[in-house]
Amino acid sequence: MGLAAQEAKPLVPDPALEAQLQTLYQQLRCLVCQNQSLAESNAPLAEDLRNEIREMAATGKTQTQIVEYLVARYGDFVLYNPPVKANTLLLWIGPFVLLLIAVLVGGWVLRSSKKNLQDTPLDKAESEQLLQLLNKEMK
Amino acid sequence: MIPEIGHFALILALLMAVVQTIFPLWGAATGRLAWLALAKPAARAQFLWVALAFACLAYAFANKDYSVLYVASNSNSHLPLAYRVAALWGGHEGSLLLWAFILSLWTVAVTFFSHHLPEVTRARIIGVMGFISIGFLLFMLSVSNPFERLLPAALDGRDLNPLLQDPGMVFHPPMLYMGYVGFSVAFAFAIAALLGGELDAAWARWSRPWTTLAWVFLTIGIMGGSNWAYYELGWGGWWFWDAVENASFMPWLVGTALIHSLAVTEKRGSFKAWTVLLAIAAFSLSLLGTFLVRSGVLTSVHAFASDPQRGLFILAFLVIVIGGSLSLFAWRANHVGKGGAFDLVSRESFLLGNNVLLVVAAASVLLGTLYPLFLDTLGLGKISVGPPYFDSVFAPLMAPAIFLMGIGPIARWKESPLPELAARLRWAFGVSLVTALALPLWLGHWTPMIGLGLFLAFWVFSLSLQTLWQRLGGSGYQNLADRFSSTTLAWWGMWLAHLGVAVFILGVTIVKGFESETAVRMQVADIAHLAGFSFQFDGIKSVQGPNYIAAQASIRVTRQDTEIALLTPSKRIYTVQNMPMTEAGIAATLLGDVYASLGEKLADGSWSVRLYHKPLVDWIWAGCTLMALGGVLALSDRRYRLYKRKAVPNQALNLAPVQAAL
Amino acid sequence: MKRLLILGPLLLFILLAVFLARGLYQDPSELPSPLLGKTAPQFGLTELPSQPGETAATFSPQAMLGQVWLFNVWASWCAACREEHSILLQLADTHVLPIIGLDYKDTAADALPWLVHAGGNPYAHVAQDITGRVGIDYGVYGVPESYVIDKKGVIRYKQIGALTAKNLQDTILPLVKRLQSE
Repeated sequence: MGLAAQEAKPLVPDPALEAQLQTLYQQLRCLVCQNQSLAESNAPLAEDLRNEIREMAATGKTQTQIVEYLVARYGDFVLYNPPVKANTLLLWIGPFVLLLIAVLVGGWVLRSSKKNLQDTPLDKAESEQLLQLLNKEMK
Repeated sequence: MIPEIGHFALILALLMAVVQTIFPLWGAATGRLAWLALAKPAARAQFLWVALAFACLAYAFANKDYSVLYVASNSNSHLPLAYRVAALWGGHEGSLLLWAFILSLWTVAVTFFSHHLPEVTRARIIGVMGFISIGFLLFMLSVSNPFERLLPAALDGRDLNPLLQDPGMVFHPPMLYMGYVGFSVAFAFAIAALLGGELDAAWARWSRPWTTLAWVFLTIGIMGGSNWAYYELGWGGWWFWDAVENASFMPWLVGTALIHSLAVTEKRGSFKAWTVLLAIAAFSLSLLGTFLVRSGVLTSVHAFASDPQRGLFILAFLVIVIGGSLSLFAWRANHVGKGGAFDLVSRESFLLGNNVLLVVAAASVLLGTLYPLFLDTLGLGKISVGPPYFDSVFAPLMAPAIFLMGIGPIARWKESPLPELAARLRWAFGVSLVTALALPLWLGHWTPMIGLGLFLAFWVFSLSLQTLWQRLGGSGYQNLADRFSSTTLAWWGMWLAHLGVAVFILGVTIVKGFESETAVRMQVADIAHLAGFSFQFDGIKSVQGPNYIAAQASIRVTRQDTEIALLTPSKRIYTVQNMPMTEAGIAATLLGDVYASLGEKLADGSWSVRLYHKPLVDWIWAGCTLMALGGVLALSDRRYRLYKRKAVPNQALNLAPVQAAL
Repeated sequence: MKRLLILGPLLLFILLAVFLARGLYQDPSELPSPLLGKTAPQFGLTELPSQPGETAATFSPQAMLGQVWLFNVWASWCAACREEHSILLQLADTHVLPIIGLDYKDTAADALPWLVHAGGNPYAHVAQDITGRVGIDYGVYGVPESYVIDKKGVIRYKQIGALTAKNLQDTILPLVKRLQSE
């Protein structure tokens, strides 16, 4: 091609910072696309919000401050990782409460099943069925 | 004319579905044997009419008939033929027709492969499936008619959503629907068993192959969707916990639980009521998924334009089918006898534990998916529940499930003494622990999640090897051949599917832990570096597609001065809807993908390009493929073919206590 | 215990169905604003000039203290704004309250002819938010959006999407009347 190969410039001024911000972008919802995170979306608003976040981060704002800034404007809806609050308590503990209930019920089933484990001898009819079955298998 | 024939065919199909439902079910209830005989012919006729309607709509699409509203809204004269036909299921009405078509296909399959079933049972099964067909056909004919005319006809169509113009569109929806509509068979078996009061081992044996087949389709369908998203959305994600993905994932989780629970019910007669409940739940979740997608109650990239009337119809249907079957369950499950007893440490208890975890995981996905709706309905605020939530809830639930999955095949049925079991597990435990600690250090960095993922993957790997050794090991060739021939295909299927899970986990862990990316601006001859690869930008050329124009970049990838691949990521503008789409450039290798996605042209004439290195990413789908193959192997087991020919001798013989005693 | 276990799934499903039925009549894409009851964010933006290229004054919400006003976010590239425009013109004719526009991510060269085509300028002032920065402060995510701001400069109402004659009559005007008498 005749052109001298040179190293491509990064898209953003500070790639190291951008790499840190990537996880933050992934936790924020792009509001106009309704179901993509800021990391994934190419919508203009997502672009603006990324710029805003980038600038705030460059001026030394912490991620918590950035998140507070966005929540103050767009509400909790902007967070893909809903904070634990009164109205999200059930969401967060729900799975583990379910697990607890399931384990208790499962344990109860196991215990009652174990109680039955003591071999009950076959009664006459059952032994005959068994014999029939075995014979059938042999054939 | 053709669309009217299609419309008429749907009406006839509905009539047939009514016959298929009423006569067999009523006949079974009142003991009129002659009525039972109507089940098969009615189901087959219903299938033919639905297939005719399907063909008519496909014809309208292929033939560019823009006097049909649905065709005009979902295709365009410049759309290539394959996509014009696939556009049939690109919108609301057509995907319902696909649903109904696949349901009738499964029903016909049941009529052909059920000679071994008692006639009453078969009639009930077909009747229940007919009832579901009625719901869907009525829905189409009342508020979602795909054959509705547009007068005057449009000159050209509004085109298929460009996001859907991809080979994935041709295969993914039919596979997915084959999967979750397929659970209707297991559902119908369960309802038939509840109606007849015959929840025995035979019931479990009959519904196993059907359930496994549906599960195989669903696995492939979900995998296809994930792979499609990976190359289509342009940033290399493969799972988004999107509401619609969740809608297909929940039936998969419950279906997986069902397969295992059926195994216990068949072999040991235990968990009968639970298995029935799972069969109802798996299909109910499929229906619920349809409701979530079609009604627009959730915001999702997949959601179609919403209409409360349609939503209300599906909801009413949902309440009748799910509410009805759960009521039947509550009424009849009490009469289910106890199965074989088992100890706290036994294969049964591990399978029970796994079942519980899978179901709790599915319930958690449901909770997360619907929670924003709950809060909104109660006026408690609007929130989003996204990937971070699902990741943090799902991992702790699945980790113990995978741990138990490794042990299950090693443990004995009924009782498996703990000291003996522990002795057999200690090698696998050691190997996995060492790998989980050492491998990440060798690869560069260690986090608890990487450690956990590797531990679980190697836990399943090493235990799989160990079970294989147990099966085939021993002395002498003759011995080996004997053991080999005595090992059933079903066992191999289980083994392969479990191995698939390990491959899947390994892929997920490595790609999540070690992927890297960079975003650069590139001009001709610029070079970027990432993960030991060099990417040289050779320039852009414009490409004219059938219904889009594209800018296509050429990026040469080299590693240590040898060229590995030429990536051609492009940016397409679909002219009808003026919508931009990215097409990623991917070079896949066994050890990982290099992935490039083209962004915007920038002010200085350069292009923004995102480059990714995704180690072992293809193992994710390879793992899913192994799981599906495992399912296919299990299906091919001789036992099922034998049972096809040899009718089960005597229904009245209650095998459970005898089997338990064996 | 066993009875409860067997009835459990049915009860859970009934609960779920009730929620789903109510959910059908809600719009999941509509967001309440956390800014309600808070002071409207401050800004100072150049106004839209009467001719392209002319210099114009700076607008700041400070100037509106003591009045109840409607803050309407619009743009020439926004299709729904054109529908809404006739409602705004009617409202401006009644002189019930001043309407301030925020021309969001737009240019004077596009906006001025658009206003002419759309039938006139209903706004007392139009602030130009070229970068979209002020829009972010107001939590704008879908244009058009409208805010009712009271005499103390507090946001009392937010509407996402186009204003309609109905919601103007039913909600906004009664609210404005109440706020004006506060």
